Amino acid sequence: MRRILSPELDRNQRSPACLQWYLQMRLSCNYGFLLAPLFLAALAIPALAQESPYIVTYDHYLEEPGSLEVEYFSTFGTQRGGNDFHAFWAEFEYGATAWWTTEVYLDGQTTFGDSTLFTGFRWENRIRLLQREHVINPVLYLEYEQTSGADKILKEVEGHDVESDYAVPNARARQEHDHEMETKLLLSSTFNGWNIADNTIATKNLTGGNPWEFGYAIGASRPLALKASARRCSFCPENFIAGVEMYGGLGDRHSFGLHDTSHYLAPVVAWNLPSDWTLRLSPGFGLNDTSHRFLLRWGLSREFSGFGSAIARLLGGH
Amino acid sequence: MPKPTTSLTLFFLFALAVSTAQTARIAPSQNISVYAELNKAPSKAIARRNPLEKDPDAVAAGAKLFDLHCAECHGDMAEGGKKAPSLHANQVQQATPGTLFWLLTNGVVRRGMPVWSKLPEPQRWQLVSYIKSLSPAPQLDPDSRQSRP
Repeated sequence: MRRILSPELDRNQRSPACLQWYLQMRLSCNYGFLLAPLFLAALAIPALAQESPYIVTYDHYLEEPGSLEVEYFSTFGTQRGGNDFHAFWAEFEYGATAWWTTEVYLDGQTTFGDSTLFTGFRWENRIRLLQREHVINPVLYLEYEQTSGADKILKEVEGHDVESDYAVPNARARQEHDHEMETKLLLSSTFNGWNIADNTIATKNLTGGNPWEFGYAIGASRPLALKASARRCSFCPENFIAGVEMYGGLGDRHSFGLHDTSHYLAPVVAWNLPSDWTLRLSPGFGLNDTSHRFLLRWGLSREFSGFGSAIARLLGGH
Repeated sequence: MPKPTTSLTLFFLFALAVSTAQTARIAPSQNISVYAELNKAPSKAIARRNPLEKDPDAVAAGAKLFDLHCAECHGDMAEGGKKAPSLHANQVQQATPGTLFWLLTNGVVRRGMPVWSKLPEPQRWQLVSYIKSLSPAPQLDPDSRQSRP
């Protein structure tokens, strides 16, 4: 949920020097918050991930139990009527069980010619609903997010989110505080090496009497080769997964549909390296006049097996 | 912006998830019931033949995949670990390739083994080739096996 803020919210803006000091302090705190899990992750064993290439869409595969995946993602977006931006987020994704994955996000953004901000956090949970593999596999997604109006990571597009919402200067946009509950039904199917995923999104902003908002994300992907080669290699075709995803808003409870919504089509590719890293790249293209014309996303992630055991050992367990 | 109390709550919930995962470890007495999952394979799945049975690279590729995806729980030599049972056990070695493929595809989610259908079918068959290439070991008493150093 995004909305344009009223001008009176600018009254209490900090002076530039004060703002700079404040930003430095905030960033120091934020980096500290980021470094703690990285330190703990260093205690665990890295393991090759077979990661999907999607950046917005979810398939039904959860994190392996006890594994932690540390991810960094970046979105560069063009902005008509404002400055281009670079939004970024860190993800800490943990496989609590084979049917439950929990994840914490920390979001931030830089708007060129404006400022850099920490824009909030999200806590998401994905719960596998069926024990075994089926033609269509449902996963329930529940997320709580506490973000400011300056958040621009575009992790999902919902409701009437349009490009002009993101043109508000950071100093004003950050005054808005959103507490959102986001639910998704993730449906995913894998057949002959292809994965097809469909996400239906319903979001409720818990502040104020905002209506439920809706969105979607769909994706299809396939590894470049289905058989693994017998040797370890970086450039073997099975290490690359390519596909495409499409996502956008579907209005809200009062005005459901495509009117005043934005939509994107984005080819995606993931490169799973034997050195435990996964690199993702996705250029996204706006499909209508109310969408950003271009979004360039990329991400780097590393999976650490045995993170849960490492924590248990650290706490004196077995 | 997150308040300290919210961040603490978040950390607590994350820690809860970590500790939950620890309780998901397989208990020695559970090994037998884990192997019993193999008996749940439908007859159609049991009868499936490994299309890579005669592929000379299948075992080596399967060994690589095992090292990358399975060794963390099943042990480097598939000897079993705290979280997953030995794959040298008679129950595994006597199972048909189709049964092992079915188990890999569906996992044993309630007992902590994830579904591995994200690996394409040929890679799962390569894993089956590797598992079937392991030498069968005399079945150990699960409790005595856990007492090894």
